Amino acid sequence: MNAPSITTSSAQDTAVPSRFNLAAALKDAFITALIALGLSIPILSYKTEQNGSDLFLASRWRLVAIFCAIVFVLRVLEHAFLATRAARKALPDPHQATEPVHAEPSAYQKVSRFAIPMFLGVAVSFPILVYLVQGGLNESRYWVDLGILILTYVMLGWGLNIVVGLAGLLDLGYVAFYAVGAYSYALLSTTFGLSFWICLPLAGILAAFWGMILGFPVLRLRGDYLAIVTLAFGEIIRLVLINWVDLTNGGAGISSIPRASFFGLPFTAGEGGFADTFGLEFHGMHRMIFLYYLILALALLTNFVTMRLRRLPIGRAWEALREDEIACRSLGINTTNTKLTAFAIGAMFGGFAGSFFAVRQGFVSPESFNFLESAIILAIVVLGGMGSQIGVAIAAIVLVGGPEMLRNLTFLKAVFGEGFDPNEYRLLLFGMGMVAMMVWRPRGLISEREPSVILKERKAISGSLVKEGHG
Amino acid sequence: MSAGTSNPMQSHQSAAAATHQPLLSVRGVKTYYGNIIALKGVDMDVNEGEIVTLIGANGAGKSTLMMTIFGNPRAREGTITYAGRDITKMPTHDIARLSIAQSPEGRRIFPRMTVFENLQMGASINGLAHFDQDLERVCTLFPRLKERLQQRGGTLSGGEQQMLAIARALMSRPKLLLLDEPSLGLAPLIVKQIFTIIKELNEKDGMTVFLVEQNAYHALKLAHRGYVMVTGNITLSGTGKELLENPQVRAAYLEGGHH
Repeated sequence: MNAPSITTSSAQDTAVPSRFNLAAALKDAFITALIALGLSIPILSYKTEQNGSDLFLASRWRLVAIFCAIVFVLRVLEHAFLATRAARKALPDPHQATEPVHAEPSAYQKVSRFAIPMFLGVAVSFPILVYLVQGGLNESRYWVDLGILILTYVMLGWGLNIVVGLAGLLDLGYVAFYAVGAYSYALLSTTFGLSFWICLPLAGILAAFWGMILGFPVLRLRGDYLAIVTLAFGEIIRLVLINWVDLTNGGAGISSIPRASFFGLPFTAGEGGFADTFGLEFHGMHRMIFLYYLILALALLTNFVTMRLRRLPIGRAWEALREDEIACRSLGINTTNTKLTAFAIGAMFGGFAGSFFAVRQGFVSPESFNFLESAIILAIVVLGGMGSQIGVAIAAIVLVGGPEMLRNLTFLKAVFGEGFDPNEYRLLLFGMGMVAMMVWRPRGLISEREPSVILKERKAISGSLVKEGHG
Repeated sequence: MSAGTSNPMQSHQSAAAATHQPLLSVRGVKTYYGNIIALKGVDMDVNEGEIVTLIGANGAGKSTLMMTIFGNPRAREGTITYAGRDITKMPTHDIARLSIAQSPEGRRIFPRMTVFENLQMGASINGLAHFDQDLERVCTLFPRLKERLQQRGGTLSGGEQQMLAIARALMSRPKLLLLDEPSLGLAPLIVKQIFTIIKELNEKDGMTVFLVEQNAYHALKLAHRGYVMVTGNITLSGTGKELLENPQVRAAYLEGGHH
């Protein structure tokens, strides 16, 4: 446990009144555990079981013991936590607001220096790593599939980040553009036989167009009101998809959507297929790995465009709009155009992601585009830190990959018994994670905004540090 | 800009000033918030090269007049002319492109953007064409900002934020600068600094300044001409000196004098 280190660190500062006292904490935790025991006797310790016509009591003392132990440990941790917090508060804050801040690299810069190359490296080599670790193409299927899922959400998160994070327009109906993209590809390819590579830009353009259509009526709205209208917009699109049966085939969805080809080479076993042309043995995973790199490329494109736009006048105008709309207007920025471009470009990336979704699934139905999807994408942006690209990527991995990881926590069965399925507690943990985030990092994982321009003086400083071997 | 404006102190005092067309002219402007009338028909002129101040109590409509000039809210009646163009119905962002700049009430800097980025936003109208020159210029005017270029706007002190708001407005190279209560909530020493800078801008660069102020003593001392506004009407006008000596103004705005 970390208890001893807490006592030493607070001992350095004798002025701290509430020093962590291990004996007192243990005593208090013991009393709490006793109360828990008392409470659990009527609630937990017996349950009725039926065996044929006989009803008898089965004792569950093991479970009671586990619960009491949990309560005990949590209580000790609570004491330790409160003591460290009190100790930290008693110390003077090293970051005074009026001090010039350029001396020390920000949290963002510290994270990004290591995290961005690492994430990029892992993302690019992911299928190979999985292949090596799992020892075969068949075995790595699950992991590549999960990778595709996560990257789809990373892309959606980055797309929505333009609207919510940069322009500050709270959009609860982003999934509508995802749906427009998916149905664009599904309908264009099944009706006109257009290939994926033609449909992809078309889907983006159509989604951007719908982004503008949504943008016009909501130009004067902000905050909560905007959120409600966009939420309604998302639902309208979904209901239209369900009810316009002639066009969309209603709730049954559109199936047998043509798959993506490798720049014209289909992923088929026969002659002229991808495997045949490159002299490989045919395997279904080739297509999966291709899809993985496709969504990786699309996501990186989204990121690249966003980072570029941030440095251009339009991107700066988005951020200024988020900060203060009235000041924007008095500086000569056309807020109407600024908002519409934010909606349109955000929607365009949603459309790209949607058409990718359609080509991966080979099937679309309105069920895939419900409000929960919008909520998850928004949660990714908010938890990641609005406007932070790397934060959104981390949040997507945690929120989409995390629940998948729960499936693999089989050791919990050893603790809670055979019938325990960690997957059922997914939403509970999700909610707990959200609450914890709101308490400790209310502005997202990476809340610090990185300046879009870094002055030359800063470069000179960091450059000289590198020379001295501190970089 | 004509070189003839370099000596504005004399031009405003002569009656001839009224004969040539003013840079900004407000005629019979009425502004409403819903059904409530805020400006009840305001007439006002700002000549090229002048500092004109508008004083008045809280809620008199000073800021409303300033915002109405910028088209937000729009005047429901009357006309506003700037350099011979009717700007009454023009959208705010187009007005800002006519070389009018505004430092709005409550500063309204962009708190999460750095000082440098804030200044960039100010220059965005002319597409960053003279950015480096203008940056240098505002840094000479406000050395405090130069030290803090990389700092986030929200971490600046109140006085520094006010300097940033003015500097940001200057970045678009305005002919007419509208300032709404630049002294609000600032220490007397900083107020003095800011007023000195306004004077410098007017005398050296020939910039026309329209200043809305509560701090009547400082504002009238600085200004060539002044207007007094009471509940949506202009009740008094005259040179800064005349208004300072006017018993009504003294009683209403200078009692307990800021000397």
